[in-house]
Amino acid sequence: MASTTHIADVLRRRNNRSFFERLAGGDEIAYSITLIAAVAILAIVALIVLELWTHSTPTVKTFGFGFLTSSAWDPNSGKFGALPFIYGTCLTSFLALLIAVPLGVAASVFLAEMAPPKLSDVLTFLIELLAAVPSVIYGLIGIFILVPAIRDYLVQPLKAVFGFLPIFQGDFYGLSFLSAGIVLSIMVVPFIISVSREVLLAVPTELREAALALGATKWEATWQIVLPAASTGIIGSAFLALARALGETMAVTMVVGNTPKITASLLSPGYSIAAVIANEFAEASGDLYVSSLIFLGLVLFGLTIVINALARILILTTTRRGMK
Amino acid sequence: MTLTPAFRNVLKATILPFLAAALPLAAQTSLTGAGATFPAPIYTKWFAEYQSVGNVQINYQANGSGGGIKAITDGTVDFGASDMPLTDEQIKTFKERNGGTNILLFPTVLGAAVPSYNVPGVTGDLKFTGKALAGIFLGSIKKWNDPEIAKANPGVKLPDDNIVVVHRSDGSGTTFCWTDYLSKVSPEWSSKVGKNTSVNWPAGLGAKGNDGVAGLIKQQKGSIGYVELIYAVKNHLAYGSVQNKSGQFVKADLKSVTAAAAAVKTIPADFRVSITDQPGSGVYPISTYTWLLVPAKISDAAKRQALTGFLKWAITKGQDLVEPLDYARLPQAVVAKEEKQIALIH
Repeated sequence: MASTTHIADVLRRRNNRSFFERLAGGDEIAYSITLIAAVAILAIVALIVLELWTHSTPTVKTFGFGFLTSSAWDPNSGKFGALPFIYGTCLTSFLALLIAVPLGVAASVFLAEMAPPKLSDVLTFLIELLAAVPSVIYGLIGIFILVPAIRDYLVQPLKAVFGFLPIFQGDFYGLSFLSAGIVLSIMVVPFIISVSREVLLAVPTELREAALALGATKWEATWQIVLPAASTGIIGSAFLALARALGETMAVTMVVGNTPKITASLLSPGYSIAAVIANEFAEASGDLYVSSLIFLGLVLFGLTIVINALARILILTTTRRGMK
Repeated sequence: MTLTPAFRNVLKATILPFLAAALPLAAQTSLTGAGATFPAPIYTKWFAEYQSVGNVQINYQANGSGGGIKAITDGTVDFGASDMPLTDEQIKTFKERNGGTNILLFPTVLGAAVPSYNVPGVTGDLKFTGKALAGIFLGSIKKWNDPEIAKANPGVKLPDDNIVVVHRSDGSGTTFCWTDYLSKVSPEWSSKVGKNTSVNWPAGLGAKGNDGVAGLIKQQKGSIGYVELIYAVKNHLAYGSVQNKSGQFVKADLKSVTAAAAAVKTIPADFRVSITDQPGSGVYPISTYTWLLVPAKISDAAKRQALTGFLKWAITKGQDLVEPLDYARLPQAVVAKEEKQIALIH
């Protein structure tokens, strides 16, 4: 009883302290500094959007939002449209996830559930090293190793079996949506593995023990208990990977073929938003040309926000369903 | 505080040289420039050499022709550099933003774009007519054994393979030169595509930089692309000869590029001249000048003196330094004319 009164007393005194007392105590200083840091980040983001918006005025005035749906990109006649770039960005990122998510999740399940802890640690370290490789290196590997390999070993069988599908028709010259998707998938898979492994390891051991005690096999416990429990985090890792894939510039531009066309075939060359900005910004002459590239930057920004928002919503809905 | 004699000596040895070096620096004029990447190696060499000659320190940022034009128009640099001549509109904008001051263009060196290819079974140099190159890049000539290519290469066994066109994906003066040439030899190219540092390519794959184009050509059988002459020479790439306006097939080298510049009989007073598709013996048709952009009025007397001094030196003595770096030198007639234009800077 005495101790409770004492704690309440301390709390009351703390709350009644004047601003200067609290300042001297450090609370206010810590509050202010952390607040400034948080606001600064928001301010930087707001400034980026503002700058992009003001500098894209000529484009907005000329094309309006038709810019987003037009597929013309002809600097000479002053016609600009974002659609082929939006398409290419989304398609290559989607392909990357299609390959990287199953691969990454399977690898993380092995690392977290199956592998001996020592082996798991070593492998994780090596996999995380992949994330530190500069993207230009991935681009070079893509050009010199992956593209010839895809051309010689992957495309022929794909065309032989799935050639009737529109996505595998047409000539293949190495640089393509498919190549970009594959290179991107290698680049993002470390993010998926490393985050998913952490999430799987964080699933309480009691859940596994309970499942095993009820007679489940190791695989049943993993597949039916541990994975569903970690699903939110795994989805989160996939969206982290997606954000990286959407913004990737160097590696994509080296293997995508840099052709602003919308085609159903994954074997044809394409383009992405980040790649066209990197390629054309330095030599762009004329206000409309430059502002179109800046507007593309804003479009990429918007695209990332929309996709991240979707990810949040998806995570929220799945967790709520999980709670029921 | 007393210093030991040894420590004093150390101080003398370390600090005094810096002080001594800083003194002349203070008296040195410093200039900044920005623009084209293609002439950046020779500009860097010139600026380094000229530092001791003219006591001028010049900083150059190779951020591309577009960037150079923008920087000089906004007045953030003392001079710009561009691989393409300014358009009337760009000159008008410059005048509007700089109180009516004119901008002068000074050709400094010459470059060229060459067709490089990878055709299975063909080892020797291929010959290309302008019509063939335009057809290939328009996508209307699709096979290597097309009659338009075959007729220029009698005796060469051309395969029945698809042609894969490779072009630059990044904006580039080389692309400007290449498309400028195609616009001249093909009305269809001129109306459909036109000339610029990047265009709406009707066919092919885009690769970044000369190295990207060359790398892709090396790997992709049946491919053809264009690279800067200097890049092709330095990397020992095989490249073909191109038919000039007089019907002669000429392979690009330093001589044939200078000949292209000399073939232009009347150079306009503002030096905005395209030297692609010129007639004459030994003239390589896909050549171009690169220009320095200098305002006609420079109010800072020291900077004016430094810049005019450098320009004079670059187009005369400086020309002796260009060939070791594989740039083609200016024809004598152009140098004489430029010297007159330097006098206009006030």
